[in-house]
Amino acid sequence: MAKKLVIPIGPQHPALKEPASFDVTLQGEKVENILVKLGYNHRGIEKACENKPYLHDLYLIERVCGICSHSHATCFLQAVEEIAGLNVPMRAKYIRSIIGEMERIHSHLLWLGVAAHEIGFDTLLMYTWRDREIIMDLLALLTGNRVNYAVNILGGVRKDISEEEKGQILKAMDVLEERTKYYAHVATEEITIKKRLSKVGYLSPEDAVKMGAVGPTGRASKITRDIRAEDKYAAYGEVDFKVISDDNCDVFGRAVVRIGELMESYSIIRQLIKKLPVTPLKVPAPLRIPAGEAISRYEAPRGEDIHYVRANGTDKPERVKLRAPTLANVQSVSTMLQKGYLADVTIVIAAIDPCFSCTDRMIVAVNGKDEMTWKQLRQHSIDWYKKNRGVDFTKVKLGIK
Amino acid sequence: MIKAVQKLITWSRLKSPWIIHFNTGACNACDIEIVAALTPTYDLERFGVQLKGTPRHADVLLCSGPVTRQIKDRLVRIYEQLPEPKFVVAVGTCACSGGVFEGCYNMLSGIDEAIPVNAYIPGCPASPDAIIDGITKLLKSFEESEAKKLTKAGG
Ligand code: SF4
Repeated sequence: MAKKLVIPIGPQHPALKEPASFDVTLQGEKVENILVKLGYNHRGIEKACENKPYLHDLYLIERVCGICSHSHATCFLQAVEEIAGLNVPMRAKYIRSIIGEMERIHSHLLWLGVAAHEIGFDTLLMYTWRDREIIMDLLALLTGNRVNYAVNILGGVRKDISEEEKGQILKAMDVLEERTKYYAHVATEEITIKKRLSKVGYLSPEDAVKMGAVGPTGRASKITRDIRAEDKYAAYGEVDFKVISDDNCDVFGRAVVRIGELMESYSIIRQLIKKLPVTPLKVPAPLRIPAGEAISRYEAPRGEDIHYVRANGTDKPERVKLRAPTLANVQSVSTMLQKGYLADVTIVIAAIDPCFSCTDRMIVAVNGKDEMTWKQLRQHSIDWYKKNRGVDFTKVKLGIK
Repeated sequence: MIKAVQKLITWSRLKSPWIIHFNTGACNACDIEIVAALTPTYDLERFGVQLKGTPRHADVLLCSGPVTRQIKDRLVRIYEQLPEPKFVVAVGTCACSGGVFEGCYNMLSGIDEAIPVNAYIPGCPASPDAIIDGITKLLKSFEESEAKKLTKAGG
């Protein structure tokens, strides 16, 4: 019987692009247990939002994560606009969706490169990142910045898409589609990639539900859920698209799903550009948002993003809470890695496309105790709501089986 | 040391500076721009720059992000592991001065509160062109200071 060995990975590690730490317990070559330690990237954005006016919050929320900045900003704005009762004009919704899909394209191409790098296929990394520059140039053209586009404002968008730009977008989509077909060919036919990724990081559909996997991670395990199709926010109600899913349930499946989504994104952008309605770009928005609360959902490149905003009638929110997709996905990593090999750890972590800057939160120990049982935590929240909000939750029946 | 050997070392350092990248609480945007600078379109490698996995192999530490309290000790440790002469480049406005995160409770305001910094590259995010410009300027200033030292030593 081999001795157990604990290998720390991170916070600085060549395979991790962000600071996060994993303690991998090994039995020989096999992974027995993996402990995820987060929190290196916690900045306290939720709290900082409470001290800034809504307009400034927008720029702060964009910087939750630079890769899916538009997702967070749009998700936040959707909540605020719902509270304020603003009717965003159609053209603005279309432009939000177009930029959102471009973001998905740049994020998925980025992922493809990073995943290829993790398995030692650096040629693919260089290829995808070269092609990704096409979309980055397009974003710079449309919004003025390569990352953190800040195209949204309260009540609409700040910049229009001209006829000339439309032509350039369509041209770029054609080029990218050709390239993506090639990547689909490489990733699914190339025997070494197939062998390296198949049966690695297996997550059964039941486990995916249990662990709360969202986005491409969930869709690769046969969970056909996509907020774009469910909520039809922004302009997604007006276009046709398929929700891509796969039944491989492994890292290979996750790659297939993302490549499939790339192809869908090209078609969505083409449809949106074709139908772009002529309306004003924004409606005037009040500085003070009336009291109220709202939850908004958004399908970010990594999965479902949820924002909760509570307004109290001033120009600053009372509470902003965000649940980024990585927080939902990161729990499943330990299930995926059970009985896996040490060499697979980095690719399995990379396969959920983690974004720790979205995820890191701080926990303050209540009563000086580090741990609370589920019962205690529930009791604590019931007491808190009774005292501070005057709501009695003991009478509320939970519908969870 | 003999002048010729010193010259050779300086020359090789200038022609192939190895970098290490460390995210100290950034929003990822500057990080992807650093990687973009290394990939074919911008190709930082034409200056001999290579990305390394461990601080012990690197000459230049590229930091992005205004340093969270949690990461501060690790950053100092990584800085200490870099062999001399070492250079630190702060990439992005928030690494230079705190930027949008100014005033967040878990943040210092900039890399220079934790470790000494040699070059600042502003921009939110700093574009790959700016990163390349910053690194080449850093190399140039190093070259000049070394040349001065040599002439002084040579009398
Ligand atoms: S400078 Fe701006 S873009 Fe760069 S890491 Fe900081 S907040 Fe993000």
